[in-house]
Amino acid sequence: MDDDAHNPDDADPPPGGNHLTGDMAALRRDMVKFARLQLRDEAAAEDAVQEAIAAALAGQRGFRSRSQLKTWVFGILKNKIVDIIRDRARMPNIQAALDEIADDAYDVLFKENGYWQPDARPAAWGDPEESFASRQFWAVFEACLTRLPENTARIFMMREMLELETQEICKELGITATNCWVVLHRARMGLRLCLEERWFDAERDNA
Amino acid sequence: MLNCKQATALMSQRMDRKLGLAERMGLTLHLMMCGGCRNFGRQMHFLRESLRRLPGRDS
Repeated sequence: MDDDAHNPDDADPPPGGNHLTGDMAALRRDMVKFARLQLRDEAAAEDAVQEAIAAALAGQRGFRSRSQLKTWVFGILKNKIVDIIRDRARMPNIQAALDEIADDAYDVLFKENGYWQPDARPAAWGDPEESFASRQFWAVFEACLTRLPENTARIFMMREMLELETQEICKELGITATNCWVVLHRARMGLRLCLEERWFDAERDNA
Repeated sequence: MLNCKQATALMSQRMDRKLGLAERMGLTLHLMMCGGCRNFGRQMHFLRESLRRLPGRDS
């Protein structure tokens, strides 16, 4: 169960040893999933993971815990993904993103005067930590991310998963800040609605 | 006076830029009266937190 159990904190991994390589095999699946979400391209995702693992192995050093290792390799992977987006024409298309979700897509949530429709008014989502602890929650969350239209999702993930500043994204994509905010807002609206319908509503029904 | 549609757009933008003084005041005033939008604001932070945890979470 606990990966660290047979691997005491104070034991340095042997030089070039199996400690890191073994953990890498376990991490690889998660890395590919992450890269695929961001790049929406199987081959590019594999490339990113391959390069990140090579870089991680080349720079390997002692890790005191599995989560520390994970944070580190995902940091490398994020940089690789940013490189791939920039260099290999995997740049999301802003015009496509603006067209993917219509201007009035979420108008149904609001009354004529711009106030919430009674049945659309956001209800509390409860304690986030409770959701984070649930495996099913993460399955729903990933499904909802995947359901977002491709270009919208990829711009949104540049912001939230690769943690680029909005200014950087605008500059990379050559778009106005306003268009950037519009796309990000629509992405959040879509993701919020999907989670509301597929997770929180269902949870309330079961309560 | 902001309506909910405008308030939600500002709460999303608040995740991406620093709002101006007038925007912040307008939003604060709206949130004082609107529980739906207060929930929406918390949900925006929830989304960010989820996305930050997604890659490194211990599975």
